[in-house]
Parts: sequence; C-alpha cells; structure tokens
Amino acid sequence: MSSLLKITDLHVAVDEKPILKGVSLELRQGEVHALMGPNGSGKSTLAYTLVGHPKYEITSGTIEIDGTNINELDPCERARLGLFLAFQYPVTIPGVKVADFLRHAVTNIRNPERKEGEGLIPMREFRKELKERMEELGMDLEFARRYLNEGFSGGEKKRMEILQLAMLQPKFALLDETDSGLDSDAVRVVSEGLKKLSGPQMGSLIITHHERLLEYNVPQFTHVMLAGKIVETGNAELAHELHNHGYAAIRERHPAEAAEEQERQAKAQTANAGF
Amino acid sequence: MSTDTPVLEAQIGGGDYQFGFHDPTDKYVFQSRKGIDRQIVQQISEMKNEPAWMREFRLEALDIFFQKPMPTWGGDMSGLNFQDIYYYVKASAGQEKSWDDVPEDIRKTYDRLGIPQAEKQYLAGVKAQYESEVVYGSLQEDLAKQGVLFTDTDSAVRDHPDLVREYFGTVIPSADNKFAALNSAVWSGGSFIYVPPGVKIEFPLQAYFRINTQNMGQFERTLIIVDEGASVHYVEGCTAPTYSSDSLHSAVVEILVKRGGRCRYTTIQNWSNNVYNLVTKRAKAYGDSLMEWVDGNLGSKLTMKYPAIYLMEPGARGETLSIAFAGKGQHQDAGAKMVHCAPHTSSRVISKSISKDGGRASYRGLVKATHDAHHCKSNVVCDALILDPHSRSDTYPYIEVNQDNLTIEHEASVSKIAEEQLLYLMSRGMTEAEASAMIVTGFIEPLVKELPMEYAVEMNRLIELQMEGSVG
Repeated sequence: MSSLLKITDLHVAVDEKPILKGVSLELRQGEVHALMGPNGSGKSTLAYTLVGHPKYEITSGTIEIDGTNINELDPCERARLGLFLAFQYPVTIPGVKVADFLRHAVTNIRNPERKEGEGLIPMREFRKELKERMEELGMDLEFARRYLNEGFSGGEKKRMEILQLAMLQPKFALLDETDSGLDSDAVRVVSEGLKKLSGPQMGSLIITHHERLLEYNVPQFTHVMLAGKIVETGNAELAHELHNHGYAAIRERHPAEAAEEQERQAKAQTANAGF
Repeated sequence: MSTDTPVLEAQIGGGDYQFGFHDPTDKYVFQSRKGIDRQIVQQISEMKNEPAWMREFRLEALDIFFQKPMPTWGGDMSGLNFQDIYYYVKASAGQEKSWDDVPEDIRKTYDRLGIPQAEKQYLAGVKAQYESEVVYGSLQEDLAKQGVLFTDTDSAVRDHPDLVREYFGTVIPSADNKFAALNSAVWSGGSFIYVPPGVKIEFPLQAYFRINTQNMGQFERTLIIVDEGASVHYVEGCTAPTYSSDSLHSAVVEILVKRGGRCRYTTIQNWSNNVYNLVTKRAKAYGDSLMEWVDGNLGSKLTMKYPAIYLMEPGARGETLSIAFAGKGQHQDAGAKMVHCAPHTSSRVISKSISKDGGRASYRGLVKATHDAHHCKSNVVCDALILDPHSRSDTYPYIEVNQDNLTIEHEASVSKIAEEQLLYLMSRGMTEAEASAMIVTGFIEPLVKELPMEYAVEMNRLIELQMEGSVG
C-alpha cells in the first residue's frame, strides 16, 4: 500500500499575516508533482509549513500522512515519518562533519523509535553506503570530511541536499528550487541524481521555475499557485506551457487571485518605500 | 573524625618505587583543622619532610598571602571564607568518604559517561588512588631511560632538589597574586616534569600515569622544564565532573620552554558546582620555542584562569586555545595572557565560550608588548555562543603596547543558535536536544580536535548530556 501525504484546505500565516489561503493537494509515494507559480505565490511557504518550520503557523486545515494528522508534530517527528525538504538555501553548520551529521540523521530516520544517546548504525556499513551514494552523484569523497555546507559553492550545497535525500530515502521529497542558481552542468547533475532516486517508494513535489529538472523528472501533475492558492492543476503539458509563456494566461484565467497578488505587491512596495 | 588538633598518622603502603610512582613514606592520613596560619603551613612542610628552603618559601608566601587584598575584579568571591577550608586533607584509599556521600547527580553522570567504577571513585574523591601503573609502567621505564623525570612535585623536592630549587617559583613568584601566594604556602601534589635537551616525547604524558599519588589536589603545584630542542605534551584533568567537598581549588602551573623546545599543556577540568577554581598558569618561552595551552573549563561555581605565555626571546611563539562552558549558577572568567618581551615573537589566542541556563562566560585577555618588542604579531579570536536569553557572555580584552611596529588583531563574535540551523537539523530527524548538541559540538570542534582522542570523545558526550532535555 503506498503512503499518502494529504493537504486539506491549508491556511498558513507568518507573523499573523496570511500567506496560504486554502491549499489542498494529495501526493502519493511514486508520484512526481511539479509546483509552479510566480514569486511570492506561497510555494516555499507550503514547503516550510510541511516540514514544520516554527515561524509558519497553521491557522486552519490539515496535513496528514496516511490519515494521521501531523499539524502539531515537530520537524524531527515529521522527518521520521518520511518527510524531507531539499532546502532552497541550506544553512551552514560549522564544525559538524558531513559524515557525522549524516550517520546521525540516517540512524534516526531508519530507527524512528531511537532515543537520544542510543547507538548509531555501524560505521563500516554506513561508510560503504555513503561512498556508493557519493560516487553515484559524482561527489568527491573528501566532502564527507568537510563541515556541513561550510564554504560550499551553490552547486555543492544543492548536491549535498540530493546526497541527503539519497541517504535518507524519504517517502515524500519536497524540492524547493533545487535547480536555481546553478550552471547548466550542475542542473544536469542534480536532475539526473533526482531521477535515479525516484521510484515507487518516493513521491516528489518539485518546486521550480525551470524546465530542466522536469525534463528528467516528468511530472504526472503540475500545480500552479497564485496568491496563496493552487489555482490550476494539470499535467506535464501545463509546466511546459508556463515555462514558455509565463503566467499571463494564468492571471487572466484567475482575475480575483491576480488582483490579490497585485494588491500584495503594492503593499510590499509601500512598506519598502519607508527605508 | 574531624578534630580541633591535627591528627597525624603514618601509614606504610606497599612499596613499589621502581617507576617513581610513589614512595611508601608518602602515604598517610592527615587532617588539619580548618583555617590557615603559620602553624598549619609548618605542619604541612613537616609532614612532607621538606628541606628548610621550601619551608621558608612557604612561610614567606603565607605572609604575602595575608598582605595581598582580595582581587576586586573578575567573579564574585564573597562566598569564599579562607578560614572555613581544610588546607591539607589527604587520605589514602577510602579513609574519609564513602561512595554514598557523593551527590546523586554526579554519580549519574559517571554512569552515563560509562566511567569504570575504579575511576569513578577516584574522581569523586572516594579513593585517592587510581591503579594505572600496570598499564603505563613500561612507558615510564622507557622515559626514564631517556633521562625524562616525571613524578609528583613532592617527590621531586626530595629527589631532585637542585633542579626544583633552581626553577620553583621563578615563573610565578609568590607575590604575583593572592592565590599564587596561597598556593605557594600550602601546595601539595602536582606534576614535575623535566625533559632533557633534544628528547622528544612522542605520546602525551598524562597525569593518569601516576595518579596513584595525590595529583589533582586542591592546591597542586606543577613545574615543567622543557630543555633545549626537547618536546612534550602533557595532559591533565578529566571531562567527567570532579567532585570535591572542599570549596577552593587553587593551583599553580609553571613551565619553562628553552630554546627550540616545544610544550603543549592540555587541561580539561570539570569541577563540581560548589568549587571556586582560581588557578595561575604561566609559561616562559625562549628563542624559537613553541608553548601551547589547551584549556577546557567546565563546571565549578567560579573559575578565574588566564594561562599566560611570556615570550622571552626572538622567534618564540605562544598559542592558547580555550573552551569554557558556563551552566546554571556558574561563572567562567577565563582567557589568556600573551606578553611579548622580545622582538619577532608571535602569539595567537582562540577562545570559545558557551553559556547556558543562566550561566556566565567571560573572556578576559591581555596582549602586552614591552618597549623593545618590535615586529611582533598577535591574533586573538573570541567566539561566544549563548544558548538562552538568561545566559550571559562578556569580553574584556586588554592591550598594553609600548611601541608601534607590531600587528595586533582582535576579533570577537557572539552568536545564538539560529532557528534556521535547528530547523535544518531537526528536519533530518534530530531531536531538538540532539540538534542543539550538534551545533554546540561543532562550535567547539576546532578545539576539541586538538584534544587526545579519548578526551575528545568524552567532551562531546558530555556536551550531549548537558544539552539533553534542557532546551526550550
């Protein structure tokens, strides 16, 4: 039985300001979904909310995994249920070696019942697996000894996210602009990497502006967000159309949301004018 | 068995002197009355069968101690009562305390760190001995063949009087400060090391080697002489909490590193929360030598400790790495002093402090250059990590420079654990406590990697314990 991540009429606010205004989406293991939309439409907010960022407050609606409401779970508990976010801007953790971090993470994810201080997975087994995954992603093994994301280039950080994805094998992978800010070689590596990891055991929600990632990972569903809502859902063809023609047609088809988007942008500009 | 008059009892132990570990006459049970005066100091000296010069040295220091006022800077010492302390309580195995007297939380921590029972008892002060000579005996023999002297300072006074007398109190005179004077008057135990010219000791010398004599006493006195071109790494202390029912620990450590020599002195101390830890450590580094202090301070009520390096001749280098962890009710006032007394000398200080649960960590450092110390370089980096809004961190850098031709850099940063860092680690399956511990461990990693392996492992484990269940 494949697992289901079900989002129902989700409303989310940041600092009491509503950002998501009723998002519903169902992601099954084995499916690939693309999430598109102009800047500020709420894509990253959805991703952060799903993994449990404390700043993003769910004001109504539910997130469920196989029927269990996870609204109140912390990020750690959600990760252990199989949720993973490849961050758009991965943070640096100085002094923490990639290998040590990953061994800890892998242990926790694979033994969700593990208590603090209990043993980690055997070193030899872990090293072998890490080495294989790194080779598959064309990563220098030296990376395992470096401090997590410290001094990494943009491409290296994104590749590190994909490595973590490969090691943690989540049921649901959310990828927040994993292809942004990369040169075309790096986009290819990341796209191929994701393709290799995809399969019946993983459902992906790919947030992207570009098409390359979707060429390698063809979505069954494409969702388009505007002003905090999913306004349209289509197939791979829709992603292609948006890439070629932009969001003008979407705005025309959804004038209420387009007006709301404009209003919000105007407000933001007024706020910024104060500086 | 506390009495108003001193009880003196000789106990003859099983003689096993071949490696210089201990001397049968060394074993005794002695309990002085509380407080400090000339009589007590004379008794200590008598107990040890010391030569007259040492007794005079002690008594002179005692006068200085009485004359010097209490320091008015640093931490709060108002709870310290010099007349309410036993200055010389040394018991041989199991005489004074029982395991049941050791506080519950300390016992638990030992269990969780997985420390063997024998070592636990030593650390808790239940047992004065920790039987390690079987393991380290052959190393000792090897050192002896190379002419290395490694013994406790009491034995050194008796067995190597000329060497001790030449250097004792020359790096840190009794008049240096009130607590150095106190130590000079009542000192007991500590390590004495002499490394002959050109001898390089490859493995770290650990106080555990000869811990079966009184080592980590309250007023230990350590003297290390690294002769020309020689090198040594000395390690003392323990990451596990050291329980002491006595409220004052005041050690003096003197080091001389002669031309071309190298010395690294690594200390990790974790005193129980009732202890005032007021320590004077100083090294003199001569031409082209390298002196390094690696200093870790956990625990205690108040720690005031500023390892100093006097760079005496051109080419001398000094380096201090320090970590302080201030928890609930603790004040770590720690730092470093670098005194450039000659041209073309260089120094570096890296200090990392963590404060948590209302703890306070202060960096107090001095960089000084005398008027002819031109072309010197000094670099000081202080990073503080504050884990909650109740905790505090301060930086007090002092710079005293009498001339222009030198480079001094000072960088300081204060940070909190960022919400984004916690989210990132938690989203990979770490609990909040694990994530915080990982960030803290990473923060001190640059120093921990300098520690011998077993210390590094224990240190990281200890940080995990400290972080557990207390993050919010």
